[in-house]
Formats: sequence, structure tokens, C-alpha cells
Amino acid sequence: MSSADTDAPVAEAPTDERRDALVARVQAKLGAGVVETHVIPGVDAWVRVTRDAWADAAQVMTDLGFTFFDYLSAIDWYPNIHGKNEEPPTNPIVVPATSAELEHGVTGGETRFQLIARVYSPEEKIGLHLKADLPDDDLAAPTWSRVYFGADWHEREVWEMFGIDFRGHRNLAHLYLPGDFEGHPLRKDFPLLARHVKPWPGLVDVEAMPGEPDEDEDATEGGEGE
Amino acid sequence: MIPVLAELAYWQQSALKVVGVLAAVLVPAGAFVQLFLFKMVSHLQSRLGPMEAGPHGSLQALAEITKFIQKEDIVPARADRFVFKMAPFIVFVTVPLIYFAVPWGPDALFSNIDAGVFYVLAVSSVSVIGVLIAGWASANKYSLMGAIRAAGQLIAYELPMVLAVVGVVIQAGTMNLQGIVVMQAEGEIFGFDAIGNPFFLTQLVGFVVFLIAMQAELTQTPFDMPVAESELVTGYMTEYSGLRFLLFFLAEFAAVGAFGAVASTLWLGGWYLPGLDIDANYMNLVGPAILFGKILFIAFLVFWVRFTYPRFREDQLQAFAWKWLIPISLVNIVATGVFKVVF
Amino acid sequence: MTITERDRHYVSTTLSEARVNLEIETDGMTLNLGPQHPATHGTLRIIVKLDGEQVVACEVGAGYMHRGYEKLCEVRTYPQVTTLINRIDWLSHFANEVPFILAAEQLMGIEAPPRAQYIRTIFHEMARLGNITLFLGEMGLQLGAMTATFYAFRDREHVLNLLEAVTGGRFHPNFDRIGGLKDDLPKGWVDECHAVMKKIRGFCDEMEDLVMGNEIFQVRTRGIGIIPKHIALSYGLTGANARASGVDLDLRRDDKDIAMAWKHADFKVWTHPDGDSFARYWVRLQEVRESTYIIDQLLDGLPAGPIMAKVPRIIKVPAGEAYVQTENPLGWMGFYVVSKGDLGPFRVKIRTASFNNTSVIPWVCRGLYVPDVITVLASLYFILGDIDR
Repeated sequence: MSSADTDAPVAEAPTDERRDALVARVQAKLGAGVVETHVIPGVDAWVRVTRDAWADAAQVMTDLGFTFFDYLSAIDWYPNIHGKNEEPPTNPIVVPATSAELEHGVTGGETRFQLIARVYSPEEKIGLHLKADLPDDDLAAPTWSRVYFGADWHEREVWEMFGIDFRGHRNLAHLYLPGDFEGHPLRKDFPLLARHVKPWPGLVDVEAMPGEPDEDEDATEGGEGE
Repeated sequence: MIPVLAELAYWQQSALKVVGVLAAVLVPAGAFVQLFLFKMVSHLQSRLGPMEAGPHGSLQALAEITKFIQKEDIVPARADRFVFKMAPFIVFVTVPLIYFAVPWGPDALFSNIDAGVFYVLAVSSVSVIGVLIAGWASANKYSLMGAIRAAGQLIAYELPMVLAVVGVVIQAGTMNLQGIVVMQAEGEIFGFDAIGNPFFLTQLVGFVVFLIAMQAELTQTPFDMPVAESELVTGYMTEYSGLRFLLFFLAEFAAVGAFGAVASTLWLGGWYLPGLDIDANYMNLVGPAILFGKILFIAFLVFWVRFTYPRFREDQLQAFAWKWLIPISLVNIVATGVFKVVF
Repeated sequence: MTITERDRHYVSTTLSEARVNLEIETDGMTLNLGPQHPATHGTLRIIVKLDGEQVVACEVGAGYMHRGYEKLCEVRTYPQVTTLINRIDWLSHFANEVPFILAAEQLMGIEAPPRAQYIRTIFHEMARLGNITLFLGEMGLQLGAMTATFYAFRDREHVLNLLEAVTGGRFHPNFDRIGGLKDDLPKGWVDECHAVMKKIRGFCDEMEDLVMGNEIFQVRTRGIGIIPKHIALSYGLTGANARASGVDLDLRRDDKDIAMAWKHADFKVWTHPDGDSFARYWVRLQEVRESTYIIDQLLDGLPAGPIMAKVPRIIKVPAGEAYVQTENPLGWMGFYVVSKGDLGPFRVKIRTASFNNTSVIPWVCRGLYVPDVITVLASLYFILGDIDR
């Protein structure tokens, strides 16, 4: 997956004509709906659309030949309240005040919650990630399940894990969690109770952590507990 | 031996016969369970089977029976208690009734019923009632589905069984089971009489049809929809445990023996082997052994097919009976009749 | 039962009043298949509304094995996540870790050395062997032919012994590391592997004869549970389920950029146009054979060299997002890793094959008989850990 890609389907220079062309086609169809795009040559392509264009995006992608539905999920960009993996969690749970200072990943973003979906074209053998920002005060999006039937279960899971409503979904009921469960577990402010009850014994031994990545010659796995 | 027994009072003779028939039921049942269910299937599946109880696991059946006997008697709360308790007995009782009619030697009979074939077929269908009420009284949807499937299947497959047997009756000219054995022993095939006239040669079609119908009557795979283990858990027997389940279990295996005895008598020559003296007194001891050997052979076929084939779906099962087995057996009857008259 | 009527309109209508937590009082019987049931491979609950023996509506109640993987991955370091995700699809042990490790390596900008890539691919294929041989025997069991299962377990032992010889573990080898592998192959392993591949091919021939050639099996599976091609694509079915519906998708052949050794092997992708349960069994049987050929080729072409790239002792993955999918035994398994430059991932979205494969069950089972529901469940072949994560 390094950038010097001699097996890429198109050119060996760090441009990916196929993916660039694909992104251009999507932009042509959605127009103002596309907010930002990102292509890593030879690797993958992302397109961020507005929430209003989310429903059209499904139909557009199907028309472009992307009939295979891969997955649909969401990302909560709040920082991890459980610390950076090796620190004990904060007690009480501290949630940042505003969304403005959040760092987002590829294709940027402005809100705390982002939907992410991937569709694939069986003929062209290429996939595309689609993202959409969801405003904090109106955590809802139109459903994809009329176009991509597989989105049915994925949207149910996103609803129960993040609390994102999908308008037009036939049966937004709990998929994994019991019927009377309260809260949305995959949100970053939902506590992982086990970590609050006691510190996890598999914490990494941090004393040898270098400022730069440690170029040790003994390349073993990094600290698997104890 | 038998003349001595003939001097006992009638009630004493009947008591002895009841004990004898229970032995005749339980011994093959236990033998089949041990031999076929534990050992044969294990070796077929490239494993050893139970090895702990007794040398090479030979007492496993005894261990299992003891285990079942000492279990708690559970009746589901919403079940119909009396009917629930009655069902295994109904199923179990039909099996000795079949054994009563089968001849084991020239004089070693429990009873010499003139319409033996008719009696056997009639009695064997009484177990359907037991299965039905077991499923209904269990207050369990799986059991109910199993019972309804069983009812349809068992009744459907009685027809091919009866029709197959009719061919034998036409050829033998009698419904008396002992008479059929004698006919096979002393008959001849187009003048060749060295081996008598065992009906499986001339009635091969009927024999095969009977074996298939028998597999269905015993609810063995490929006809075990009523007990489809991967769907209905145990079908109509799901709610039964302990002694009641043991009765179902033993009835199933004893029925294999019973039907095997009937099949051996009707087609394989019964307690007679060519070359032996049909009227001799020692045949009363050798005859049961010969018949038991034939029963073992038929049971082997039954279990071999059972552990190899997947199961039919219920409607495919019915289609198989109505569209294939019944027309074939009807043709067999016609052919038998024609041959009987012409030759 | 025509197929063309049952598509988009069906999803739009209320397909079943059988919501997971309510009782149904309409006529017809509601039957619960599960969560404890011999036919569902684990704790899956299928609620069917029956009319006699025919299914009128069907709903799937998953989640009995939900372990919260995505939340757990957020509080683990990358090597710790590797150990955890081994257990998602517990039958294809090694294959679960591969997409995640490749995603981490992609973000770090490193690639495992060629020898490690070859061995990873070989083990991935061996996970496929172990998994699908179990399926070949176990589908017979669901239909009543219990003997096939024991043959499958007997021949699967050879694969597990090979795995144990290298990794020490039969079920969860935990052998893959970010940057390469833990150890190299022991001496003599390659020849043993060739011998085992011959045995597995013999097993395939046996299953072809015993199970697939059995007339009753064919009558129980042909034409049962037909999934047309557009439905397979729309639901996101992958693996043999999709290929049996005529969808010609195989990431081993199609994904040329992935850092694994499939591009060095010459193999055929098997598809079947029918889309019924028999096709799914048939495709998997051919795939097992094809896997043995792939392993043979890779063993012959195994390059020498190191088995671990230069990675730091404590692994910090640079910020970015990466998604890597592989053709796992059950289907496509993908990990979307969002990293913020820490010791552990920020968010991991696990795309599992059985999740999509199971979501098609309500669509397929409508109008089938109860035994056919069992056949369809058996032929779709999901693992509970894969559905429920």
C-alpha cells in the first residue's frame, strides 16, 4: 500500500486516474451536494456530501453502476474519554463543550457525527466511500434502505449505537441490544463501565516510549499485556 | 420342550407367553441399540463409539437403560397429564402385539393366527395414535408439528406396505404366517426346488417397497421428519424424559425388530433355512436363532440407510409414497396375480 | 413462487408484524427457532409466522452474542486489537486479523516482506480450508445425514495439526503481527502441507459423492432459497453466497493492490447461476479444492527472506483513515480504521460478512416450508460471532 505502486491498474505515478474519474463523475451528478473529496492514489477514494444530498447519493451511485452495498456506519469525532488508550479513564466523564475544535479525518468535517458508507461496483471492481455530516441538533438522515436493501440492518445498528434517526426506515428497532436499553453505546460519551470499575491489566508498559518511533532492531510485537 | 409346556394350564401358558414375548421384544431392542446405534454407526463415521462401559463399550446399552430408569418424572405444566402419560404405553404396547403373530419354529409360536398378516398390519398402525397424542398432549409447538408430520407420514406409508404384502399373500395363497413360511420352504420356482421358494426372489419388487415403507413406518431417516433433530429437536418426543422416553426409545428399536421379523417371515423364509428338516423338534431351538439372524440383517440395512441419507421434506415424502411406491406396488400385485394364474 | 415480484416492493411493505419483542396474536402459529436450537449455529433467533408448515413472515433476532467489539477496539492498542478480533469469526481464526493488520500497515506506510506475505496468504487459505470443510460436513447434518460431519472433522484435523505445528494453536493461532509474522515455518512443514492438501482434495471428492451426489440432498436443496443476482448485490452478500447467485466477485482476484500473495497464484473463481442452496454448497466445495491448489502454488513459490518488517517496538500508527477488505471464508471482511496517531485506533468499523449474509434471511424465507428454512440457514453459513461482533 505504499505510494510507489507498480501494480496499480492505471499509472505508476502517484495519480489514480480511475478513482479521479470516478470522483469527477459523482461530482458531476451531485453538483453542489459534494462538499469535499479525497483520493489516496491506488488505495481508496472518499466523497463527502451534504446531508440533503445523502438520499440522492444512493440513487446516483446505483445509477453509476455501484450496485453492491458494502456497509453503512457512523463516526463520532469527540475525543476518546477513556484517554489515549493507555491512560485510565477520566472520572467523572468529561465531554468537550463544542464541536468546533474537533479534528476530523480525511475529507474533513464540521460536525460531531458523520455518516460513512461504502458502495462497490461489481463491474469496475472499485469502491467508493461516502460521508455526510449530521448537525448536532437534528441527528437524522434519510434512509438508504429503499435503494440498497442491505442498509436496513446497518441503519438499525447505527440508530441503536449512535442515536441517529433514519427517516423512512421501515423498522428502526434494536438489533443487538435488548429492547429496553437506554443510551447509545458507541458514542464517545457513553462509558465503557469495565474501564471505570477497574483499570485494565493489559495496559501497555509505557516507560520505554520514545519521542520518535523507536527504531529497535528487535522487531517484536508491541507489548501484548503483562 | 413344547409338549411339556402344552400340559400347563391355559393361564400359565399365557403368562409364559407374555414373558416370552416381552423377552422377544426387549432382547432385540437392546441388541440393536448396542450393536447398531452405538457401534455400527460409530464405525461408519470413523470413530469408536462408547468405550467405557464394559469391555469395548459393550454394556453401554445397559448403562443407558439404567440411567433412563432413575430419572425424574417430569410432566410439563400445561400438558394434558393423563394423555401425556398414556402415549408412550400405547406406542410400546403395539410392538409385542406384532411379535405375537410371528412364528419362531414349527411349534415355537405364541399364537397361530389364521389371518396373521392382516392382524400384523392392523396392529402396527395403532402406534400412530400414540405418536399423535404424544405430540398434542405435550403443549409444545415443536411436538405438535412433529406429531402432525408423523400422522401424515405413517398413514401414507401404510398403503405401500399393505400392497406389498398383498403380493406375497397372493403368491402364498394364505394369510397365516406359519403357512407362508411353509410355502417358502416347500415351494419351487418353476420346478427348481433346491432352495424352496423364498419370496424375495419372485417378489423382489414387493420386498424393496416393503423395506422402504418400513423405513418410513419406523420414522427412520430418510423419513424421520417427525423427529427431525435439527429442526424440531426431538419432534413429538421433545417433552419426554426418563422412563417415558425410554419406552419410546425401546419401542422404536423393538419395532425395527418386529418389522424385521415380519419382513423375514414374508420374504426371506422365516425361521427356515434350505437344507434343514422342517418338522424336526430341534428346529424349535434353531429356528429362533435363524430368524434372529435374518432380523439382524434387515435391521442392519435399516440403520445403514438411516445414517447415510439426508431426510426428505414432508411433501416430498408424501409425493414419494403416493406417486411412486403405491403405483409400483399395484403393478406388482397385478403381475403377481397374472403369474399366479398363468403358471 | 416467482421471483420477480419479490423485490423492492417487498422491502417497502411491512414485511412482518413479528417485531422482536412483541407477541403476535394473528392466526397462524408463531414459531421461535432459537436462540437455543440445533439448526442455528449459535444463539440466533429466527421468528417465523407459519401457516401450516409454510412461512408467511420471518424476522431475525440477532445480538445474543454482541460483545461490543467496536467499542472495545477504541480502548486497546493495535497489537491488543489484533488478539481481540481473532474471535470475531472464530472458525476462520487467522483470516480475521489480516484486514486489520493490513489497514494498520497501510496507515504506517509499511509492507510486510514477501515471505511474510506468502505465508500470510497460505494461512489465510488454510483458515478457509478449516472453515469450509466444516461447512461441507455440517450442511449434511442439518439435512439429516449426520455421517458427513464426522468425516469433515476427521479430515479437518489434518489442517489443524499443520496449524498447530507452526503456531502452537489450533483454534486461535495469534500468529499475525503488524509488519509480518511471529515466527518462520518449521523444517519439513512445506512437504507435510503438500501431503495434507492431497488429503483435503480426497475429502472433497468424498463429499461430492456422499452428500452432493445424494438424490435426497439434491431434492432438498435444488431450487430452495433462490437469491437472484440483484438482491445479492443490494443486500451486500459476499463470498460463496454471492458467487452462487452468479455474482462474479472475488477480492483475491479483483483487488490487485492488497499486500498479499494471491496475485502470484493462478486460480479459478467459481460461480453458479442458480442461486439456490445447492449452488451455495457446490461453490464452496469447488472453492475448497481451489484453495488447495492455491496453497500448493504458493508453497512452491515461497521466497526466502525475513518474515518481519522493521517496526518499532511500540507501534504508533500515524493519523489517517484506511479500509482494507479481504476475501475471508465467510465473505468479505473489512476494517475501517480511523487513527489519530495514537497507540490505538480511534474508531474501528468492522464490516463482517455474516451481518450482510444474515440480513437477507427474512427476504429469502418468505413462502418456504420450515424444513427449507433450515436448509437455507445451513447453506447461507454464518457464524454468530461474525453477525453479532
